[in-house]
Amino acid sequence: METYTAMRQFADSWALLAMTLFFLGVVGFIFRPGAKKAADDAAAIPLKED
Amino acid sequence: MKYTFEMILLGVGAFLALVGAGFAQDRHFEAHMWVLFFVLLAGTVMLMRRIEFSPVSAGRAPPPPPQSEYFDEVVKYGVIATVFWGVVGFLVGVVVALQLAFPDLNIEPWFNFGRMRPLHTSAVIFAFGGNALIATSFYIVQRTSRARLFGGNLGWFVFWGYQLFIIMAATGYLLGITQSKEYAEPEWYVDLWLTIVWVAYLIAFLGTLLTRKEPHIYVANWFYLAFIVTIAMLHIVNNLAVPVSFLGSKSYSAFAGVQDALTQWWYGHNAVGFFLTAGFLGMMYYFIPKQANRPVYSYRLSIIHFWSLIFMYIWAGPHHLHYTALPDWAQTLGMVFSVMLWMPSWGGMINGLMTLSGAWDKIRTDPIIRMMVMAVAFYGMATFEGPMMSIKTVNSLSHYTDWTIGHVHSGALGWNGLITFGAIYYLTPKLWNRERLYSVRMVNWHFWFATLGIVVYAAVMWVAGIQQGLMWREYDDQGFLVYSFAESVAAMVPYYVLRALGGALFLAGALLMAFNVTMTILGRVRDEAPIFGAAQPALKAAE
Repeated sequence: METYTAMRQFADSWALLAMTLFFLGVVGFIFRPGAKKAADDAAAIPLKED
Repeated sequence: MKYTFEMILLGVGAFLALVGAGFAQDRHFEAHMWVLFFVLLAGTVMLMRRIEFSPVSAGRAPPPPPQSEYFDEVVKYGVIATVFWGVVGFLVGVVVALQLAFPDLNIEPWFNFGRMRPLHTSAVIFAFGGNALIATSFYIVQRTSRARLFGGNLGWFVFWGYQLFIIMAATGYLLGITQSKEYAEPEWYVDLWLTIVWVAYLIAFLGTLLTRKEPHIYVANWFYLAFIVTIAMLHIVNNLAVPVSFLGSKSYSAFAGVQDALTQWWYGHNAVGFFLTAGFLGMMYYFIPKQANRPVYSYRLSIIHFWSLIFMYIWAGPHHLHYTALPDWAQTLGMVFSVMLWMPSWGGMINGLMTLSGAWDKIRTDPIIRMMVMAVAFYGMATFEGPMMSIKTVNSLSHYTDWTIGHVHSGALGWNGLITFGAIYYLTPKLWNRERLYSVRMVNWHFWFATLGIVVYAAVMWVAGIQQGLMWREYDDQGFLVYSFAESVAAMVPYYVLRALGGALFLAGALLMAFNVTMTILGRVRDEAPIFGAAQPALKAAE
């Protein structure tokens, strides 16, 4: 039970915060300046050749 | 003598299966090991027949095949296996639908509903869907990485190893071997085998990504990789069990009670989320741009789609256990995450549909595009219906009724089925170097058969499910239930007959596809008028 409580508290606090920050970081990264160009290049990958 | 080592391994495996049959602790295991023995023996004999006894030409071995080319032979096998298992799975589906409508069709003991039902679900999800995922992932990862599939013959091991898993699972169900976990019915030894095959799959896929010549990893590969990694994790944890004997078919789960139930639905719902959603989204993000010859609508939206799907899906499983012994907070958590999932799902749907922006005429002129668009539309519908059904108050009506079955089928037939058909119609002429499919008009017919079949199926199951739910909960003014359970079963008969009709329509479409794909592979071209407004093959842009 002690392990459960400790893990549960960790999951509810730091782990949750870390995951939220990671997700927000991803979203922020996608909208960084210059990302549009990089995204358009990446989107063209399947169409380049066969 | 290319396959000496493989042949020896197969022969040893066949021998061990024979030993297993001889020393089996129960007759189920014995029968299953006989099946394994004959399958492996057949494999050994087939490899033996490939040995060439002609002398090696003086001092010079034949030149090794060029390594720059893509490893497409295994993808071809995968396409054929997908079509084959698809027809088998849909056929068994129609049979079990008829068994529900006409109980006399239950043939004891091997072909009763209880054994045929997992045969149907596993055949369509793991055999049809799994082969489609393996084949398309191998095709896509090579092209978007501009690298040959990693690991040489590892691709062959993944393909044949997976077929062996399918055969062992399918025969096991009919023999009555099951660990009674939905979508994870195979017993411990078959689970172990799948684990080995899956690790090989991960190595082949990841190795290709690591040796890629394209700097960026295209988003379709992200979805495929998430699918492979998560399925590995889910499969291992959910199947943790202790076998009673190493030569017996029975095992006991490492979990008990509600923990076991939650682990099972953590597995079960993420099988939907990562097998039937993430993997097939990989198909969507490659084949729709390819078939429409336009880049995906918003690449940045696809990345947000990916990360939000990954972060949310994993928590949605508890909605399968509403109003059970599962703690209330866990039920609510599952519900909330399921409702939140609506957003990334629809973001992805919009992304797929809007890829056609500026080329909407293709829906009219290209039946393959139309099939893919309908698939994405069904993805949107199923991912709206699912969150709605996960809301506790709705679930109290829909749970355990045929509404759930209808929901699953609009997702599986509509989304997974149609996007796979679209991918197969795209891949077949490409892989076999044909100018076009045998018949494009047949694709059109397939589209309408399949769509009509799904609409009949889903609509009938809505009515059936809601009626069932209402009958089960109806009280009279004395506080007694108005209907007995048997009355609610009897009321279902007309719906069950209609459902079988919807399934039969879907099967008819798949048979057309099997014919069309076979003729395309044989190099035949049907003499037919082109679809009105469609670009002539000769005028198509060179790719």
